[in-house]
Amino acid sequence: MDRHVKLSRISRVGTAVAVGALALTLTACGSDDPVGDTAGSDGSASPAAAESDLSGELNGAGSSAQGAAMDAWRAGFQSANPDVTVNYDPVGSGGGRTNFIKGGTAFAGSDAALADDELTDAATRCSDSDVIEIPVYVSPIAVVFNLDGVDNLNLDAATIGKIFDGKITKWNDKAIADQNTDAKLPDLAITPVHRSDESGTTENFTEYLKGAGADGWPYDPSGDFPIEGGQSAKGTSGIIQTVEGGQGTISYADSSQAGDLGTVSIKVGDEYVAHNPEGASAIVDASPRVEGRGDADFALEIDRTSTDPSTYPLVLASYDIACTTYEDRATADLVKGFLTYVVSEEGQQAAASAAGSAPISDEFRAEAQKAIDAISAKS
Amino acid sequence: MSATSPPTAADRPQPAPRRGARRTPRDHGANRAFRLVSTGSGVLILVVLAAVAVFLVVQAWPAISTPSDELADAVSWFPQDTSLLEFIGPLVFGTLLASALALVIAVPLAIGIALFISHYAPRRLAQALGYAVDLLAAIPSVVYGLWGAIVLVGFVHPIWVWLADVLGWFPLFAGPASDPSRVLLTASVVLAVMILPIVTAVCREVFLQTPKLHEEAALALGATRWEMVRTAVLPFALSGIVSGAMLGLGRALGETMAVLMILSPGFVYSFAVLQAGKQQTIAANIAAQYPEAPPLGVNTLIATGLALFVITMVVNMAARAIVARRKDFSGAN
Repeated sequence: MDRHVKLSRISRVGTAVAVGALALTLTACGSDDPVGDTAGSDGSASPAAAESDLSGELNGAGSSAQGAAMDAWRAGFQSANPDVTVNYDPVGSGGGRTNFIKGGTAFAGSDAALADDELTDAATRCSDSDVIEIPVYVSPIAVVFNLDGVDNLNLDAATIGKIFDGKITKWNDKAIADQNTDAKLPDLAITPVHRSDESGTTENFTEYLKGAGADGWPYDPSGDFPIEGGQSAKGTSGIIQTVEGGQGTISYADSSQAGDLGTVSIKVGDEYVAHNPEGASAIVDASPRVEGRGDADFALEIDRTSTDPSTYPLVLASYDIACTTYEDRATADLVKGFLTYVVSEEGQQAAASAAGSAPISDEFRAEAQKAIDAISAKS
Repeated sequence: MSATSPPTAADRPQPAPRRGARRTPRDHGANRAFRLVSTGSGVLILVVLAAVAVFLVVQAWPAISTPSDELADAVSWFPQDTSLLEFIGPLVFGTLLASALALVIAVPLAIGIALFISHYAPRRLAQALGYAVDLLAAIPSVVYGLWGAIVLVGFVHPIWVWLADVLGWFPLFAGPASDPSRVLLTASVVLAVMILPIVTAVCREVFLQTPKLHEEAALALGATRWEMVRTAVLPFALSGIVSGAMLGLGRALGETMAVLMILSPGFVYSFAVLQAGKQQTIAANIAAQYPEAPPLGVNTLIATGLALFVITMVVNMAARAIVARRKDFSGAN
């Protein structure tokens, strides 16, 4: 509990209410109801009419990839609802899912959808109701490289896979040169750089290589880079700095951090597509949902093999995970209000400017909103 | 420590001021308070040490008692078909290699600086230099890490390439040198800079304590300045040099941020310190993997921390043993 409190910006008004709500949220004992009556009483000063009656404290934890976006969402939601405190502990996706399933937090952020066994546990935690999973944070991953005189390369997934697998070792390799007839490619060793820490970026990157790379990538998708050794660095900033620090280096990173580095246009269908936010949200729309899950569950099988050049299939989709039914009304209302803000155009724009993510499309928003509207308290 | 001495006759005129005597006539008020505070401080150190040891063992236990194949299933970065010991082994190797290299670089340098300060430099320059070396210790390790990762990695690259070209036959310098130079040798250089102040400070103090009579005797026998240092100062200071080096080693073993930011980690037993992705240190590995580690992963990391704890204890005990044995020969007594 201390951990959440430390991270919070407890508002002047809400302190007493917040403590009560926290106790209720975390213990879910529900023996008496200290919040129920006061929850809607003092929202008159709020500018946002729709959610102005919300108050209390909402706790979430999970993906650190969502961290920057979540900061923007918390700030935006709290300024619209001054009596609400939203806490988010970026402990990592796995920790976030575990916390949520154990009932420690009201929602989780996760770079991967719940696994099947986790889904069962989560349903139990949610009073045997459906679990909501919405890809709220969609961000294109850029393949970045540092090569004097070359700003852009065209590569298909199989070639990228072979480069990272160490099968292609020189920049002037025929496989690269054939796809880039105009580029002046030096006879220089390729230095692939990967993340040394477990990360959702690695997981999505390897999933793309596995899905679209055909024979170029024999490894299973994993949050840990599957090949031992070689250059690596911790965190996106470490990756960028390592790529900048060497000649002939290549790596993958959140596209908002690509900076001045050269980037790869990946082959989609018959065209080469540079990383772009519109393509990232388009691939989310085009991807099928994981089958056999509830209506509110937007777990996606990202279509890595898309051939539509308006899509960019190398994306990281990070989910917010919540219940459709909560024990108490206060938490249900808070989650509903917060997620509504997160998927709203305003919320998605806030994330885009804060974290460089790709705003979700209007169609997807409409579907997600339907699921969010269904959030209720146990009657 | 806690044994209450037999009730000495409190009012006897001349109580022998025996060391360790607990109850003297004046043992009340401020005296008593001070004794309790200092005893408490001493006890507290032991309690903290014991608490850390207990914490490490308790928290590491799930990882130790879980079969390694289950560990590999639960923890994504735990390699398949590897026991916990086989997992910790390369980390211990990398930690020791990085620290040993740092010592090899830092200790001769520190002795040189300390000798210059104590026996060669004019007094005012010596003071300024001593102060400057001490200032090195005030720089936070994360700043060293940033400096190493951004500046030093680029700066040393041509040198490492040259080393690999010329001395590549020697296993330590086996090429090709990686670009960028996020390699163990770069990390060791930064570690060496980080431990330089403490080793220098200890050496300087012992060099200054060399009995003047020894030095003058050597000079009177016709020794040059260097011969005097070699025959009088260095033998006298040997135990001090060793303990200074061990203090430095202790810091190098546990250093986290600098290694984390500079080194491209790998998990093999390799002496190739110019190649990226070969070694990793325990502390840096914990810092790298902890944020996203599942519960059993945290236990595994703490098990590696336990190994580091044991290594550090062994190193310190070895240093004590060396110092204790050398004391007889050093002429310090």
